[in-house]
Amino acid sequence: MTTALAKLTKTEAKLLLRDPAAVFFIILFPPLLLIVLGAIPPFREPNPDTGVRTIDLYVPILVAMAIAMFALSGLPNQLASYRERGILRRISTTPVSPAMMLVANLIVFVVTALGVTAVLLAIGKLAFDVDLPQQLPGYALVYLLSLVAMLSLGLFIAAVVRTAKAAAAAGQVLFFPILFFAGLWLPRAAMPDTLRQISDYTPLGAGVQALTDTAAGGSPQLLHIGVMLAWIVVTGIAAARLFSWE
Amino acid sequence: MPVVEVQGLHKRYGDKVAVDDVSFSVEKGEIFGILGPNGAGKTTTVECIEGLRVPDRGKVSVLGMDPRTDRAGVTRKLGAQLQESQLPDKLRVGEAMELFASFYPDPADPEQLLETLGIADKRDTPFRKLSGGQKQRLSIALALVGNPEIAVLDELTTGLDPQARRDTWDLIEDVRDRGVTILLVTHFMEEAERLCDRLALIDRGRVVALDSPSGLVAKVDDEQRIRFRPSEPIAEDELLALPEVHSVTKSGSHLVVTGDGNALHAVTSLLARKHIVASELRLEQSTLDDAFLALTGRGLEAAEQGGN
Repeated sequence: MTTALAKLTKTEAKLLLRDPAAVFFIILFPPLLLIVLGAIPPFREPNPDTGVRTIDLYVPILVAMAIAMFALSGLPNQLASYRERGILRRISTTPVSPAMMLVANLIVFVVTALGVTAVLLAIGKLAFDVDLPQQLPGYALVYLLSLVAMLSLGLFIAAVVRTAKAAAAAGQVLFFPILFFAGLWLPRAAMPDTLRQISDYTPLGAGVQALTDTAAGGSPQLLHIGVMLAWIVVTGIAAARLFSWE
Repeated sequence: MPVVEVQGLHKRYGDKVAVDDVSFSVEKGEIFGILGPNGAGKTTTVECIEGLRVPDRGKVSVLGMDPRTDRAGVTRKLGAQLQESQLPDKLRVGEAMELFASFYPDPADPEQLLETLGIADKRDTPFRKLSGGQKQRLSIALALVGNPEIAVLDELTTGLDPQARRDTWDLIEDVRDRGVTILLVTHFMEEAERLCDRLALIDRGRVVALDSPSGLVAKVDDEQRIRFRPSEPIAEDELLALPEVHSVTKSGSHLVVTGDGNALHAVTSLLARKHIVASELRLEQSTLDDAFLALTGRGLEAAEQGGN
C-alpha cells in the first residue's frame, strides 16, 4: 500500500496548493509577517537592558504561528469536512484505511511546516542577521514537541466537532489565545509576570520559550518540556478516544 | 454458490430497530434489487454487507468471506457507491480515478472506465463543477475501478433528472453485461422493474417479498382492468358471458371490464365480431406499487411519508 500512501500524499499536497486561503495563511503569511516586522527600525535595535532585539524574539514566535495555522485551522477543518462529506466512509470501503488519509495529511503538514520554518530561519539570518539555532538537537526536539502538541490539539478539535464549519470556528477561537500567549502581540519577554506565568502553561507559550532558549544555545526548561508533553498526552488521548471516522 | 448471503440480519441503533430480520442471497451475474421506502432499513443492510457496520445478529457473507473480519478480501472484490458520498471540491475527475486505482492490487484502466461511462472529457474538471449526473457517473466509475466482482449501488439515481436516470440505467446494464454482479438499493419502483432480475421488497426492517419484479406483480394480482368507450352500446351480459371477464361497470360513456390475463384478447375479439370500435382503450395492469400495497397494506408513497 505504499503506492496508495504516496498517491494520497501527493493528492493532499495538490489540494492544499489549490486552496488560495490555505496557501496564503499557512505558507506565505508567516514569512511575510517576519519581513514586515523586520522592516520596523526599532525592532532591529537591541534592548538597552537585555541586549536582545525584538526581531530576534519574533523568529520563534512566527515559527510557532506557522505550526498553529495548519494545526488549528487546516487540519481539523479538513478532517471534519472529509468526515462530513462521507469521504472517510468511502475510503473505508476500499482496501485502504481512512487512517491512511490522516497520515497523508500529516505528512503534507510536517513537510510544509519544516519548509516554512526553514524559510523563516533563512530570512531571519539573511535579512535581519538573526542567529540560526545554536543548539540544533535541542531546537529540533522542542520544535518536534511543539508540532506534536499542536497536532494533538487539532485532532482533538476534529474529534469533538461534528461539522467542518464548527471545526473552523473552534480552530479560530483557539488560535487567538494560543498565539497571544505564544507572544504574537506581545513577546513573552515584554509580558507582565502573571501573563508570562499563564503563558508557561500553554502549549505554544512553552514551545516558543523552549525554541528561544535552544536557539540562543541554552537548554530548554524542564517546565516547558513537561507542559508540552502534558498537552500531548491529554489532547492526544482524548482525540483518540473521541474521534470517529463517520 | 451465491456471491452475497445475508441470513437473519438484525441491527438496531439505540432502541430503534433499523433492520429486524433480513435474509436473501444474491446470485452471480444478476442485478439484485433491494426495494423499499426510505427508512425501511435498505442502507443499513448494504452497509453490513460492505463491512461498514457490525450486525447485532445474523450472518453476512460476501464471496464466502466475512465483511468485518476479512476487510482486505472483501474490499478488493466489492466496489461500493455510497449514498450521498462526496469528494473534495477541487479534486479532478482524473485524479480521483488515479487515486482510487492506487488503492487496489489489480485496478481497471481509469482512462478506459471514464470512456465507458462517458465522462472522459471531464477528466480535468474539479468535482465541484460536475453536474449531478456526472457525479453519479464518477461514483460508478470509482466503484468499478478496483475491478470488483460485486458492485453495491445505493440510491444511485436519486436527484437525477429523468434523462440522466435512464442513461444511468443503461450504464448499469452494461456493467452487468461485463460480468459484475450488482446489488442495487432503490426506492423507485420504475427503476426496480426496469433493471432488477430479482428483488427483495423491504418494509420496516423485514423482507416482505422476494421474487422477480414480474413474479411479485403476478403473485399479488393478475387481474387486468380494461377501460374503453364503445362506438355503439353493448349489453353488459354479453361481456359477462365471456369466461375471462369477471366484472363490468359503466362509468359515463366508458365501460370498465376486469378479468384475468386473457381478458383483453377476449373482449377485443367480441367487439370485433360485433363491429364495435373501442376507442380510448386503456389497459391497466398491476405494478410493483400495487404489489407493495398488497404486501404491506400501505402504498409506497404513504410508507415513505410514514417512514420518516
